[in-house]
Amino acid sequence: MNTQTRSNAHISATEQAQPVLDVIDVTIRYGDKPAINKVSLSIPQHRITAIIGPSGCGKSTMLRAFNRMNDFIPNVGMEGQILYMGSDIYAREVDPVEVRRRIGMVFQKPNPFPKSIFQNVAWGPSINGFSGNLEARVEQSIRRAALWEEVSDRLHESALALSGGQQQRLCIARALAMEPDVILMDEPCSALDPVSTARIEDLMFELKERYTIVIVTHNMQQAARVSNLTAFLENGSLVEFGETDQVFTRPRNKRTEEYVTGRFG
Amino acid sequence: MRSDRLRRRHATTRVFRLLCATLAWAGIVILAVLLFHVTREGIRWLDLQFLTEFPSRFPEQAGIKSALWGTVWLIILTAGFSIPVGVAAAIYLEEFSPKDRLSQLIEVNIGNLAGVPSIVYGILGLVLFVRFLALGRSVLAGSLTMTLLILPVIIIAAREALRAVPDSIRQAAFALGATRWQAVRAQVLPVALPGILTGVILALSRAIGETAPLVMIGALTYVAFVPEGPMDAFTALPIQIFNWASRPQENFHQLAAAGIMVLLVTLLLMNATAVWIRQRAERTGR
Repeated sequence: MNTQTRSNAHISATEQAQPVLDVIDVTIRYGDKPAINKVSLSIPQHRITAIIGPSGCGKSTMLRAFNRMNDFIPNVGMEGQILYMGSDIYAREVDPVEVRRRIGMVFQKPNPFPKSIFQNVAWGPSINGFSGNLEARVEQSIRRAALWEEVSDRLHESALALSGGQQQRLCIARALAMEPDVILMDEPCSALDPVSTARIEDLMFELKERYTIVIVTHNMQQAARVSNLTAFLENGSLVEFGETDQVFTRPRNKRTEEYVTGRFG
Repeated sequence: MRSDRLRRRHATTRVFRLLCATLAWAGIVILAVLLFHVTREGIRWLDLQFLTEFPSRFPEQAGIKSALWGTVWLIILTAGFSIPVGVAAAIYLEEFSPKDRLSQLIEVNIGNLAGVPSIVYGILGLVLFVRFLALGRSVLAGSLTMTLLILPVIIIAAREALRAVPDSIRQAAFALGATRWQAVRAQVLPVALPGILTGVILALSRAIGETAPLVMIGALTYVAFVPEGPMDAFTALPIQIFNWASRPQENFHQLAAAGIMVLLVTLLLMNATAVWIRQRAERTGR
């Protein structure tokens, strides 16, 4: 493993559990414009890590670096390393498709495929050579996403007929069907009403028993409610990273304090 | 003062609305007059015999069988060549190729090709297919020429349809560990399919009405047989219509009108099929 120097905040965070994702001195640029500037942090297993910060601070860019979704954006350059279970996911021999099978993602706006509920969940396993009982896998995934009661009698109806909150839980079920280790969530509740948001937050608590969750949110209350660890980014730099309680109640950095108390952002 | 200006703004809306309505109706009226004229001229000749007889010197015995079958052959072969090539090219350009100078150059070029007069494609077809590849004046040479003619239209329409597929669908597929082909094949193409179909049908409709390139490559104007293979000589509906219309006798003019009706019905059937397929595709997509 690496022996890079890190901030104190983050050593205390990693003591809790083994890191799943290790970000080491990462800089990401769009063309010449830096979006992430020399960020180092490590994300422990079976915890919810929130990334917060004002708009344009690079939180989504950071999140998308974890499953190499930035690869699709032209002119993106990255320096530094991101280790998943100790191995560099940006190494030359690594196939990004393989990375995305292990590290799932849920997007800001629910984006189910315009197909049936069943097909939405079954597609991931079936294209990845899953040979077990597909129906059981689909049911289990939908159950884990706390959606089964609502859709079990209409699995073969269109996913687009579901409400926004149900669609987002379907997208979570779709990600779970791949049996990933990590689930990345990019502002998963920003398009949802408060009731749906609460359901997804409850769901995240259950999911962290099995999965490691990284969530980007611009909603500070949400970060405070759901996460174990919080990283505060500003202008692409990591300002503070630590236990959520500490970051929100006893921030070490002045900027963090100003942000979490709502003085800017 | 203020309400005066508001009234003027509403008046502008009314004027503009009237203008648009007039222009829209003008198009419909002109089409109706045309259809009425053609029907009045040709209806007398339009019977089963007209569809099952070959052309003749005697208007009473003349039919459109060879031209109708020629057109059917032409369209089926053209569709067979142009759809796979055009859609594949669009998929490559939209989903796979890097968005660089070269792809911009190709895009501009395809746009230009769509605007090249059809007679130029006829000349190309004559040189390339009829002479160089020695296909002769066959229905194969004709459909290959038509393929060149409508390929740009299909590529442009299919690219538009692919571009209209929300990127969130691609992202969702990639995030599930799909390769590019898996994402395109299973998620992007089905969503784009209705749009692609519309483009294909519009392009084929253009091919069905084209005369100039077929005349150029030497499609016959008087054919008393039906093509039985792709290497046979042929004629097509617009050529037969043109042939009849250019004769001095009044009866042949009426035959031309009947031919136009057959051509229009064929077009209508094609479009109806496209609408039907599209609606079916959209329904299964929801």
